[in-house]
Amino acid sequence: MAHDFSDPSGLYAVVGEFDSAKELMHAAESARHAGYTQMDAYSPFPIHGLSEAIGFRDTKVPWTVFIFGLIGVTTGYTLQWYTSVIDYPMNVGGKPLNSIPAFIPVSYECTILFAAFSAAIGMFVYNKLPQPYHPIFNAKNFERASQDKFFLAVEATDPHYDAKAIEKVMKENGAVEVSECDF
Amino acid sequence: LVLASSESVSVGLFSKALGFDISNFVWWIGIGHAGTLISAILLLLRQQWRNSINRFAEAMTIFAVMCAGLYPLLHTGRPWNAYWLFPYPNILGMWPQFRSPLMWDVFAVSTYFSVSAVFWFVGLIPDFATLRDKSTNRYAKVIFASLAMGWRGSNQHWHRYEQMYLLLAGLSTPLVLSVHSIVSFDFAISIVPGWNVTVFPPYFVAGAVFAGFAMVLTWLIPVRKVYKLNHLVTDRHLDWMAKILLATGLIVFYGYILEIFFSWYSGNFYEYKLLIETRFTGMYAKFYWALIFCNGIAPQIFWWHKARKNIFWLMFISQLVSVGMWLERFVIIPMSLTSNYLPSSDKPYYPSTWDFAMFAGTIGFFIFLMMLFIRFLPVINMFEVKDLLYKMGGKKEYVEGAERVEVKA
Repeated sequence: MAHDFSDPSGLYAVVGEFDSAKELMHAAESARHAGYTQMDAYSPFPIHGLSEAIGFRDTKVPWTVFIFGLIGVTTGYTLQWYTSVIDYPMNVGGKPLNSIPAFIPVSYECTILFAAFSAAIGMFVYNKLPQPYHPIFNAKNFERASQDKFFLAVEATDPHYDAKAIEKVMKENGAVEVSECDF
Repeated sequence: LVLASSESVSVGLFSKALGFDISNFVWWIGIGHAGTLISAILLLLRQQWRNSINRFAEAMTIFAVMCAGLYPLLHTGRPWNAYWLFPYPNILGMWPQFRSPLMWDVFAVSTYFSVSAVFWFVGLIPDFATLRDKSTNRYAKVIFASLAMGWRGSNQHWHRYEQMYLLLAGLSTPLVLSVHSIVSFDFAISIVPGWNVTVFPPYFVAGAVFAGFAMVLTWLIPVRKVYKLNHLVTDRHLDWMAKILLATGLIVFYGYILEIFFSWYSGNFYEYKLLIETRFTGMYAKFYWALIFCNGIAPQIFWWHKARKNIFWLMFISQLVSVGMWLERFVIIPMSLTSNYLPSSDKPYYPSTWDFAMFAGTIGFFIFLMMLFIRFLPVINMFEVKDLLYKMGGKKEYVEGAERVEVKA
């Protein structure tokens, strides 16, 4: 993904089209073994093990959720504590001002609210969505990537980039078609 | 509904009229719960069959919670001041009372609604991308493209998407359980006879799932017939849903039995009086016995395999359960208010025209939103069904067949 999008010309990637998720997995694995690092796969549904095949690891989303969950519980409790103890103390049925058991439900809901929103927003932010334009949409037949075809793209920024060699790896693994795609 | 809100001043201000508003509120919230159960809990339990019904159930959740949300607003009696419920710094220098279960409700229901909406929307994104790529109409393409926000099904997208989806499911599961527990605290924390029962939280949650699955069946059976989705929502799905109805029905029935037991065992005169004079006998007794029939007895027919396969019985029992769950809320809420500690409370309650008008209004609103959803959005989660078929070793033509149906819908 390390692209300079300010340069609108030039080659983006070599893209192979596959008929099945299995072929895509094998192709991704062979490409990784051949030393390619700048690649991405496109499929109509999530495929388990594909991230490992490509060599993509990322745990930013879970960590974000964890941190925002903590922020949520702190916010929820602090809000109640501040309003009931500091700013507007009121004796209700002789309960202590800081009524811990009664403050649990709201703190709990705030935890979930913050964590759930951070999960969704985090997913968008880390995936750089919304993103109206991306060069992969120029790839031949790419509209099928959201329907029933599977694509593997090795990007031109890859240090070992060699169109012919990549095409060979993809064809060996059952690519129906291999084409180059521009910005 | 506009009329109803203008009338709500009079509707809401009489303490007993509260009864009808609140029973409807609890009923609607409960209906919403099946959606979250299907989408979140069954996902965590790796029940893959949920994939073909979850989108539908989630939409139902959101619309039901919208209907539910209207009631607390209106029953405040001054709906234009409803924002006073939220903690915001104001010139009065006042803050809401966080020791009150009604405030817990504000947080629980608003969190529930917003998290369900997020869950539903992110679930739709990959399907919007499919629709963007499939649609030929230019306007439809632009709309779906904007909604898909540039989703391209890349492995990085899916990787983070799956992490997020699993986390959302993990967060929604305790959320859904907490929401109805908190709703039940509105009653259980009080001292009103028939309300002050410790079994309320689990019993309300089971009742919610029970009512919700009945509503899912009520909608799913006609929709699958009209749109010919029999290969996606199969007879096995209906069979499983009937089993869940049976199981949650038994839990609810156990709750009714416990209520009877506790009102005797507590030794509390008012609890016992409520049970005998208001529930078992008296002017409301027919509602109580109808409730026992609809929720306790009728679903027992699902012990038989044949009944679970029969569309007529599924539909019929689902209707009975919806009625029964509504009766349950009615039995618990207004009936307790007609018989408690003060003689001044001992007068019968009957809902006014406006109460009925509002109830009809929310049902109409719900049907309207469901119809819009069925018409304009994919009612079946396409990418999850493809995933399911892939894992089952399905053939490609099924995947394509599945898609054709949905895009048409």
